[in-house]
Amino acid sequence: MSELLRVQGLTVTPANNPSKKLVNNVSFTLQSGKTTCIVGESGSGKSLTALSVMGLLAASLTRAAGSIQFLGNEITHLSNHELSHIRGKKIGMIFQEPMTSLNPVLTVGFQIGESLTVHLGLKGDALKARIVALLEQVGIPPERANAYPDELSGGQRQRVMIAMSIACEPKMLIADEPTTALDVTVQAQILALLDELKTRMNMGMLFITHDFGVVADIADDVLVMFRGEIVEAGSVADVLYKPQHPYTKALLDCVPDAEGKKQLKPIDYAWLENAALEKAA
Amino acid sequence: MSEIILSAKGLTKIYKQRTGKFGFGTKLVKALDDVSIELKAGQTLAVVGESGSGKSTLARCLLQLLPADKGEVFFQGNNLANTSGQALRDLRRYLQMVFQDPFASLNPRMKVGEIVGEGLLIHRLGNAEERRIKVLRMLERVGLSATDMGKYPHEFSGGQRQRIGIARALVLEPKVVVCDEPVSALDVSIQAQILLLLKELQQEMGLSYVFISHDLRVVRHVADDVVVMHSGRIVEQGGVEALYSAPREEYTQNLLKAIPGRAKQHSLAT
Repeated sequence: MSELLRVQGLTVTPANNPSKKLVNNVSFTLQSGKTTCIVGESGSGKSLTALSVMGLLAASLTRAAGSIQFLGNEITHLSNHELSHIRGKKIGMIFQEPMTSLNPVLTVGFQIGESLTVHLGLKGDALKARIVALLEQVGIPPERANAYPDELSGGQRQRVMIAMSIACEPKMLIADEPTTALDVTVQAQILALLDELKTRMNMGMLFITHDFGVVADIADDVLVMFRGEIVEAGSVADVLYKPQHPYTKALLDCVPDAEGKKQLKPIDYAWLENAALEKAA
Repeated sequence: MSEIILSAKGLTKIYKQRTGKFGFGTKLVKALDDVSIELKAGQTLAVVGESGSGKSTLARCLLQLLPADKGEVFFQGNNLANTSGQALRDLRRYLQMVFQDPFASLNPRMKVGEIVGEGLLIHRLGNAEERRIKVLRMLERVGLSATDMGKYPHEFSGGQRQRIGIARALVLEPKVVVCDEPVSALDVSIQAQILLLLKELQQEMGLSYVFISHDLRVVRHVADDVVVMHSGRIVEQGGVEALYSAPREEYTQNLLKAIPGRAKQHSLAT
């Protein structure tokens, strides 16, 4: 196990409003062979944190402070061109919507092969063999390489996205809500596939989700984000079953369980803010 | 044994799907295949299934928003499938729907007061002043205020818009409300608020819900009875506790097994 990623004091603000901290002083590390989940509600800054790591923030946003080290090297000062040698090669990415992330007029085989050609210079039979191997790895019949995205189901498209993201055997995989748009049974398959690939390739995985059930299934470590800050960090068992922070506790009280034993309790934000003020005082 | 308020018998709906080159071929897809359900008064019947299972088609056929190809829907002794025109419109007052996407289901060019009050206007209930008071009471009941009546939907968050959608459905004092994925577009903290609100309103107003959802954890919390659908057919149905603790069909078992976090929770909790 070795350290892949070290993020320190990451702060993201709108370019024209430096006082509004969308991500505020976020620090964490990611080890190889481990999955860290960032969990939070919409607007908590979880996706912005992931985008910052890849240098993919929208032009209207800016990384106001913080350092991001990948394999011991600072990557925040790299140019877009230099970053493009890391993205897709050493850091793989999967997004939520498998339909909008794939090009509808190119076959999936071609799209999987693109990064292999760009980053590794593979061509001809070697390229074909690698595409077939990747499709087999993610559980798609290799003859589907000639299919277009609209000919595949949602789950198959997400498998294609996974094949693309692991094509160059990245050290780290960033997955932003990769199963949110999928049915539960398909979701369970995709989570199992990602977990298996992570172990087999000894990747580190940074997994963004809003679903605590998914967290329980896939995480080793958990970061809970609320209004741009990490309010709690720890092992999955500790965060889910011995939460310390009032927000984590309140959020877990909102999650319905499959046994129906739990009394659902909405978050009392006023109480939460008072608790935070008292703690600060 | 409580009284059955809404029932469907042998509902069948077939869609034509274009296939082949240039869509010259057609394939028939059975979105509903001989579906029969019974909703007990004052209770919640949940319909669960994956995408394409026909659960939303069922919701629409129950309320005659889509005509079924075959089958009957009975509400208080009336066969809705044979009813049309003014008679159906009169009954619709008692049959309302809460939609999934609070961003798409509210007219962006109407003020909230108009959206919630439109039903009262259509059904000619009360004069202008009475309608205004009814709308205001309903908005206050779902957690909004008088000033919100003059605002447009885009000024609200997702959870607030869902509250508007609920107020719009309930201002007519319906008997049956069909909720089509009412919380699936919402954050989990907002989801809990809306689920509790729906439950409170059910008790206060004596509502019966048909609750369409793909989320088995949510269904466990809201349902009295559950119908599991797959490819347009009912796979299994029964009381919520029995169905979750001892599912008979393999399809239901697999669906329950796939609930995220369920398999690992015991090893993590210790």
